[in-house]
Amino acid sequence: MSNTESGFDILSLFDDTPQPQLDISQDIALRVRNLHVRFKRQHVLKGVNFDVKRGEVLGFVGASGAGKSVLLRTMIGLIQPTSGTIEVFGQEFSKAKELREQLIERHWGILFQHGALFSALTVRQNVQFPMREYLDLSPRLLDEVAAAKLKMVGLPPEALNKMPSELSGGMIKRVALARALALDPAIVFLDEPTSGLDPISAGEFDNLIRTLQRTLGLTVFMVTHDLDSLHSVCDRIAVLADGKVIAAGPMSVMLASEHPWLKAYFRGKRGRVGATM
Amino acid sequence: MGADALLAATVSGDRLELLAAGDWTADRANDLERLIMAVALPRKSPIRTVRVNMAGVAKLDTYGAWLLERLLRGSREQGAKADVVDLPEQFRTLVDTVHQTTELPDPERLRRASVADWLAAVGENIAEVGRSAALFVQMFGAVSVAFLRVFWRPRTFRFTSLVNQIDLVGWRAVPIIVLITFLIGAILAQQGIFHFRRFGADIFVVDMVGILVLREIGVLIVCIMVAGRSGSAYTAELGSMKMREEVDALQTMGFDPISVLVLPRILALVIAVPMLTFLGEMSALYGAGLVASLYGGIQPEVFVQRLREVISLDHFMVGMIKAPFMAMVIGVVACVRGLETKGSAESLGAQTTAAVVQAIFLVIVLDGIFAVFFAAIDK
Repeated sequence: MSNTESGFDILSLFDDTPQPQLDISQDIALRVRNLHVRFKRQHVLKGVNFDVKRGEVLGFVGASGAGKSVLLRTMIGLIQPTSGTIEVFGQEFSKAKELREQLIERHWGILFQHGALFSALTVRQNVQFPMREYLDLSPRLLDEVAAAKLKMVGLPPEALNKMPSELSGGMIKRVALARALALDPAIVFLDEPTSGLDPISAGEFDNLIRTLQRTLGLTVFMVTHDLDSLHSVCDRIAVLADGKVIAAGPMSVMLASEHPWLKAYFRGKRGRVGATM
Repeated sequence: MGADALLAATVSGDRLELLAAGDWTADRANDLERLIMAVALPRKSPIRTVRVNMAGVAKLDTYGAWLLERLLRGSREQGAKADVVDLPEQFRTLVDTVHQTTELPDPERLRRASVADWLAAVGENIAEVGRSAALFVQMFGAVSVAFLRVFWRPRTFRFTSLVNQIDLVGWRAVPIIVLITFLIGAILAQQGIFHFRRFGADIFVVDMVGILVLREIGVLIVCIMVAGRSGSAYTAELGSMKMREEVDALQTMGFDPISVLVLPRILALVIAVPMLTFLGEMSALYGAGLVASLYGGIQPEVFVQRLREVISLDHFMVGMIKAPFMAMVIGVVACVRGLETKGSAESLGAQTTAAVVQAIFLVIVLDGIFAVFFAAIDK
């Protein structure tokens, strides 16, 4: 039985039938069901459930150490979940690695907290890196699209030939965003996009995310601590505490909630300024 | 799923009408670029008006939008009026955004290497050698000052760090050093016996192995091993500390990175390498003796007796005296390279390579200088 199955798998590698395509017009971009992640001693995620609709910006908040980073890393495939499912446009990817590589990674972009630019490559090469991997383009088009992407994230074309070590923190984030958007992805994951930026740059970055989200029709999954970002960018907010999503909804729901942690978070001293805006 | 990108052209008088359809997306960008280039206006084209009808386009992303922009710009450059009609509303912002891309950078070109480039590279390398030498001397001075300061105020010395480093570079290196030198000694003895036997001079293999191992090979092998094993580790440690601004943090807290990081490491090498050299030499002689008795039929008592006759304390001391100096060179080079690391991962790799290569090179040069010196004083 198992023999015939593996034989079939090998044959299917040579199959000429076209690869399945990801249908990115579905209403639910991301669907997470009953996700558990357990490390040796800690049970970090204890049954996380939520959906991200296509074209919305979902902000994820939670106390430090609540498991936001683990959730993000699980969703982008860096951590294997103990149980539960993650579907990207209806395709459950944690099971089929080839599927993930061919379909899903082509359709998402990830902005890491510290940029994670390849330090040995110039800005241009960083932005073109995914394009070279996935698309067959002429050098001229590669250069032109890279310049267009940099313009979109608000960087001058001179930045193209710089090395990441020559850039400021804000510029690194912008280049990293340009790289995340290189393939015109359907979903973008942002890990604390405004951390480490001054309030003015953070505000500009929020606007940029919002503009690009509208222009490119992106679905954005964003982990953040920045209340201003939550106010100005996010359509919905989900709150992770104790390994579970304890609340999800627009800002007004969060502000109205009587849950002690939500009250402290959104209506605490630091939240008040944003709330009265 | 999805439709190929299409572009149909009709010319009427001085008007070019283009009818676009299909998916103008990244996956089709290659074909689309060809289509766009095919309808691009040649020089002195009679066409005065270009109109692109985008009504049939189902999907558009940055790639498609850029190619549309390129078509429009190219037409305008040839003096034609170009515009877009019937652009579906959801694509308008994207097209407008891409339109704002102002200057395009010069494409990155690979320059042909010329003789001038080659000369420039040679010059730069020579300047780099000079700079390396200056850095080496500078570090040597800084370490000496830090060492003297320890006598002034012994309490500032990082004794724990020193012991930890001796454990890492000395104690934990013992198995591999003993194994390698044992094998080298055995190989030398085997080769010696094999060739000396033709002259019936088997017993002289003891002279050869004894002098070679104690004076030269023992200390050299140990130093090369240590440069590869511990020198590279020093460079990588200091380099990543430099990259993560830990060195800067130390400095701002009023600590001297040389005293805190460099001095204990170099002292650890200066203490550990002579010990490793001694162990290595004994191990090599043991390996040689073993092969001599098993392969060459020289009984162990004969081997030891012969060794006593031909080896004087001088031979042993010549090897041992070199060890701490070589250790110092390895340590200084490794620390210089570590602290020279710049921000990128590539730089760390380059510096680590440079550290090992330079350390081994300098160890051999130093060995040569010692050989001249000992020859001059007849030892």
